[in-house]
Amino acid sequence: MSSLRTSPDLDQLVALSDTRPVRRRKPGETALVAVIAVLVAFGGAILFTNPRFDWPTVGRYLFDVSVLHGIAVTLELTVYAMVVGIVLGVVLAVLRQSASPVARGAAWLYIWFFRGTPVLVQVLFWGFASALFPQIGLGIPGGPMLFGVDTNLVVPLFAAAVLGLGLNEAAYMAEIVRGGLISVSHGQAEAAGALGLTRMQTLRHVVLPQALRVIIPPVGNQVISMLKMTSVVLVIGVRDLLGSVTEIYSRNYRQIALLIVACIWYLVMTSILTYLQSRLERRLGRSVSPMRSPQDA
Amino acid sequence: MPDAELPIMVARNVHKSFGPTEVLKGIDIDVHRGEVLCLVGASGSGKSTFLRCINHLETIDRGVIVVDGQLVGGTVVNGRVHEAAPADIAARRSRIGMVFQQFNLFGHLTALENVLLAPMKVRNENRGTALERAHRLLDRVGLHDRKDHYPGHLSGGQQQRVAIARALAMEPTLMLFDEPTSALDPELVGEVLDVMRDLAASGMTMVVVTHEMGFAREVATAAAFMHDGRIVEQGDPHQVITQPRDQRTRTFLGRVR
Repeated sequence: MSSLRTSPDLDQLVALSDTRPVRRRKPGETALVAVIAVLVAFGGAILFTNPRFDWPTVGRYLFDVSVLHGIAVTLELTVYAMVVGIVLGVVLAVLRQSASPVARGAAWLYIWFFRGTPVLVQVLFWGFASALFPQIGLGIPGGPMLFGVDTNLVVPLFAAAVLGLGLNEAAYMAEIVRGGLISVSHGQAEAAGALGLTRMQTLRHVVLPQALRVIIPPVGNQVISMLKMTSVVLVIGVRDLLGSVTEIYSRNYRQIALLIVACIWYLVMTSILTYLQSRLERRLGRSVSPMRSPQDA
Repeated sequence: MPDAELPIMVARNVHKSFGPTEVLKGIDIDVHRGEVLCLVGASGSGKSTFLRCINHLETIDRGVIVVDGQLVGGTVVNGRVHEAAPADIAARRSRIGMVFQQFNLFGHLTALENVLLAPMKVRNENRGTALERAHRLLDRVGLHDRKDHYPGHLSGGQQQRVAIARALAMEPTLMLFDEPTSALDPELVGEVLDVMRDLAASGMTMVVVTHEMGFAREVATAAAFMHDGRIVEQGDPHQVITQPRDQRTRTFLGRVR
């Protein structure tokens, strides 16, 4: 302050008050931009100069009927597997909170098994369910079958895929839901109980709605990861998006072009889901205003 | 009406332990219709635990608690008390109102929805009937203009008044208050005590755990002093609070006044 006052150029400095300061150059940033520009240029050049990428074929199959059908199958698998996962996940989360050690143990065992083995293996198991249990029906374990049908008739491949993905998902969903249930203070359930609500009513009308705020963001991530995970059903021969393109390239040997087709569609779908997720989270954040402590309102 | 002579709440020989610690060592007390019983005593004396036993938020290890002629948490089979079915416990609790220290309003519901939930879900009332009563009750606690506010947007005193309206919506025969003003800023205590005073004047039967000796002196029709899991002195509130006979009551009251 004092040096400014004694400066002979004070008037000159004050005269600059109308101007904008010039931004300082950051050499690191410039270098980074240059490196990225070079990499992007190289990447672009490779994509468009290497004929083996075969863009005309990509274009030809991008909207092919069997590819579009595959997309529908992928979306159906995602929806059904998530429904199985969420419903069963809520049940497992509630069991894990149960007062009964048997219920808690059963839920723990389920989660231990389905989180502890790869989803690919689980889907294969369901695909080969007919080898493990050729018939499904009523009977005496170890004894004669009273009534039964061929497993392959009851559990078609699509259902096997949904079961494999959904039962695996439930194990992860259970932990997400449990985190949400724990986040709701015990006083809420107590107040509901004191009013005469049953345990189920308390869960449905008081605890779950408040747990959703914590549950929904990670469920969005699970949906996106499920969309991609559905591609493992290829191993049991379900014609989802990946299944369709592999079937096409097994005939025309244009593997790279067709895998690019699959990637484009996966990216389109995950981008849409990511957008929807961010909108949902913003809405959730708006409707739930920050809880103030009782004293400072 | 001979029923009017019977006490609404009877507790006999109530024992309760948390692990190895015995917190209730044989509680005997009656509450009659229209009575306001204040339970006073130091923290850890067991008064809140006993209150929570009355509507079975805590199970008891021994003894009986009868509210309105029924065991709250038990059913008598062949001369022994068996644990009651959850649906029966829920039904009996629905006639006992409870107000908590921490209010425990449902955070995802507005004041009005908080008051509506139990009548509609537990008693299956139609929306019109429940709504009419909810409006009247919010008006009674002076919060009708705040009916569409979420609990997070209400002061502590307002939240506690909504909580009282929520409990009254089930038309209880007995109201339990567990230190209803202990979590409030001093300037907000008065508005909650006013609502409770009004409720007592209307003839509601109340059991109140409180440290508000002024309220107890003014509103209570009976008082009980608890110490170490036992009721050491009970009776007329002026006698218990103003001229206690028991040395432990005198020591405690000397500290809180």
